[in-house]
Amino acid sequence: MSPRPGFVLEVDRSTPPTVFWHGEGFRFERLPEGSRVVYPPEPLDGLVDPEASIRHALEHPLGDSAPLSALLKPGMRLTIAFDDVSLPLPPMRRPDIRQRVIEAVLDKAAAAGVDDVVLIAALAIHRRMTDDELRHALGDRVFDAFAPHGLLQQHDAEDPGALVHLGLTDKGEDVEINRRAAESDLLVYVNINLSAMDGGHKSVATGLASYRSLRHHHNVKVLQHSRSLMDRHHSEMHSSNWRMGRLIKAAGVKIFQIETTLNLDMFPSQFNFLQKREWEWSLADRAGFHATRLSLDRTPPRLARQIFQSMLSPYAVTSVQAGEVEAVHDVTLENLHRQQLVYVEGQTDILTMGLPYLCPYNVNSIMNPILVACLGLGYFFNLYRGRPLVREGGVCIMSHPTPWAFNPVHHPSYIDFFEQVLAETTDLVEIEKRYEESFATDPWYIHLYRTSYAYHGVHPFYMWYWCAHALQHLGAVIIVGGDRAAVRRMGFKPASTLADALEMAEDVVGRNPTITHLHAPPLLVADVS
Amino acid sequence: MKALLFERLVHRFAAARLVSLVAGSGTGIGVAPLRLGEIDPPSLPGANWHRVAPRLSGICGSDLATLDGTSSRFFEDIVTFPFVPGHEIVGVVKDGRHTGKRVVIEPVLSCVVRGIEPLCPSCAAGRTGSCERIAFGHIRPGLQTGYCADTGGGWSDELVAHDAQLHLVPAGMTDEAAVMVEPAACAVHAALVGQVVPGERVVVLGAGTVGLCTLAAVRHHTLPSALLSVAKYRVQRRFAEDLGADEVVAPSELGRAVRRMTGTLALASSGGAIDRLAGGADVVFDCVGSARSIAESLEVVRPGGRIVLVGMPGTVRVDLAPLWQREVALVGAYAYGMEDVPGGPRRTFALAFELVAAAGLERLVSAHYPLERYEEAVRHAANAGRRGSVKIVFDLRREDPAWRRTAEPVAKKRPTPRRDEKLETSA
Repeated sequence: MSPRPGFVLEVDRSTPPTVFWHGEGFRFERLPEGSRVVYPPEPLDGLVDPEASIRHALEHPLGDSAPLSALLKPGMRLTIAFDDVSLPLPPMRRPDIRQRVIEAVLDKAAAAGVDDVVLIAALAIHRRMTDDELRHALGDRVFDAFAPHGLLQQHDAEDPGALVHLGLTDKGEDVEINRRAAESDLLVYVNINLSAMDGGHKSVATGLASYRSLRHHHNVKVLQHSRSLMDRHHSEMHSSNWRMGRLIKAAGVKIFQIETTLNLDMFPSQFNFLQKREWEWSLADRAGFHATRLSLDRTPPRLARQIFQSMLSPYAVTSVQAGEVEAVHDVTLENLHRQQLVYVEGQTDILTMGLPYLCPYNVNSIMNPILVACLGLGYFFNLYRGRPLVREGGVCIMSHPTPWAFNPVHHPSYIDFFEQVLAETTDLVEIEKRYEESFATDPWYIHLYRTSYAYHGVHPFYMWYWCAHALQHLGAVIIVGGDRAAVRRMGFKPASTLADALEMAEDVVGRNPTITHLHAPPLLVADVS
Repeated sequence: MKALLFERLVHRFAAARLVSLVAGSGTGIGVAPLRLGEIDPPSLPGANWHRVAPRLSGICGSDLATLDGTSSRFFEDIVTFPFVPGHEIVGVVKDGRHTGKRVVIEPVLSCVVRGIEPLCPSCAAGRTGSCERIAFGHIRPGLQTGYCADTGGGWSDELVAHDAQLHLVPAGMTDEAAVMVEPAACAVHAALVGQVVPGERVVVLGAGTVGLCTLAAVRHHTLPSALLSVAKYRVQRRFAEDLGADEVVAPSELGRAVRRMTGTLALASSGGAIDRLAGGADVVFDCVGSARSIAESLEVVRPGGRIVLVGMPGTVRVDLAPLWQREVALVGAYAYGMEDVPGGPRRTFALAFELVAAAGLERLVSAHYPLERYEEAVRHAANAGRRGSVKIVFDLRREDPAWRRTAEPVAKKRPTPRRDEKLETSA
């Protein structure tokens, strides 16, 4: 039986309560009759032989690219860049798709007699990956062959000697990227395209860029006009990256792009209930859910976090495509939409969502309040094509504990952003104008980013800007079950229960509002008419 | 006259200390050697002395330390028992050429007040707060009015003060503003002791009366490029913002805030918490005076920087290694005298009058109590921040005292002595 597509359920009297993610836990909420629930499609079947598909993609490239084996010559400088720890979410079971692809590329490089090979984690301004994380992503064989010799590097956006300025786009945007990557005879970029936002020219133009370059598309104005981040043709952020990507190509940087897509089989078997629609739960699913919920309610937050962070996803690979960047990305988007797109008729007054324990920036870490906002308003709100799920002036209700807690190793500047900046103002433009540069150039943050495992000093600003479109669009944001002080610090409204939140929302959108619940993750993209 | 009298009753002193250490400041007031009663007014010690009827008299942090039994034994030889506490005083002169006029008392009992000639070197230099004769002269030892058995103090119906201690209150100034002049004078002196160079980064640690006044004084008399206030309670945060702090942070945020402010590096533990700053603030005003606040000051001051101890410390245990290794100057700031300011030397109290008016410090007066409710007043003062208050005062005005208008009915925790009942003293 082929996997079923996504589905919009209208809640009636017989509809069972709906599962809401709530950080490292769940809420079981009964939505008002007439509410809609948008369910993701069922996972597509994975490729039968991923290794064979990878080899096929490398030798049958898309666009105007020659096959990889034809691009590899003895004596050449080859750089393989790959997506960092922010993808995929949750981390996938071994072997990670990056390992499979990179092993295939390395086999071809070895066969072609290429000796000068460097691997670079395309961090942009994310934190450096730990050895364990690198080993997980690349596999023991690759890690042990490269890391001890200094050939497994992590992009350093603050090392002037390791960056090269390639020029300005026709819009005056600086394009400054990793020198080794830019000066190699061939740059192979290995993507995991978990969402439509990933990949394309964004891979190199963002993943291997410096702050000087990133600030041109990671800013309030651009992100307010990225509608949505999942729809590159209507995203200013992507347009900027595309301009930069084309300049990179024009500057002579030869890129061989490899993009991979995964299915929606995101959670291991003990969380099977998350992959199903509630009214289709078996007795075992019901028992599993309630047992999980009850035990999580009694588990200390730190332990619950450890349990969830250790979860590995059984993802299957659904496609691999390689070759010229734009041609590859077009096919990738088709494959992603095949898995994730759900048709939804019309907008809603109130959009509800349950936020899980994980976003791209808290792998093995704490989901601090800024990341809660970013996940809800930056990512989930943007899971649309066409029009936002919620109407302009509508209300977004998010469920998450939103603890006033930070990982000081990973997120040192987040603490200061929360304590200092948000205490002063939550206004995006004012924050950008008054504070961004001082955080971006703070020597301590730079030191921690370069030598420890800290996100760059400017990163919390980008997370806040990520909410720009949602904050401009929405009439109010309510967080259910969150730390009240933390929620208020961000300018949102706290509510104890979903019922309270819905009542509060009526003050904004009026009586008898339409309600739509985004039943994610697993991820979906709503194609809103 | 009615007065609160602090006696040398060692067992009660010890009991108050024990209770306050266990249960917190102010909780030992019930067993402290402080009693309300009728006593004889103090005698005039000589010519140029006058009787003054207090109108308002504040409860200071040093008073609380005395009542808690936690003040330093350093003071034993420079106070005389029994004494009437209260050195933040606005009152009315009862005799002499200023009869009927309101005055603020400058409480330091220096050479001039004591009739000592020639003046000690400190007094001769205008540094009366550092008078070297505070245990000598024609009155008994006592560093200030409010700690001397011969002068009385503000927590009573009457005290005596020397001409040199009197500062006439301008006609338009309220009693609430006037009672803030003495703490403001301490703050002005501290701000100037700090020798803040224009453009320096300054931290004011603590936001009680002393902290807020110091903050106002630093803002008024110096030109820091950044002024950070550390405030524990909401009311303190609000006042700190109003009085000119560029940023107000909670105590737990101090290290990070100073690092941000100065752009310095930090030494972080493996857990990521900031242990110590590599650089830091140029000047830290410690307006708390505890071991912890001194240690925190040392953590956030830059090498070669200055820490001004404004809050009254006692016996503290502090690691001075950073003071040594980073060549930090730790300097005290006590009381007042003459200050070198642009335009020439001026009395600190004159500057304080100006500061109180300019910064509107009268708003820091949060609650008035009659002497009869002294236990309640002391408990309130000890928990002022937590209770949304700053300065607590005794209101001794016979006509329309504020407590009669606003406060709850008198709560008699302890029987009030009859008017003719005099307290036994152990002097």
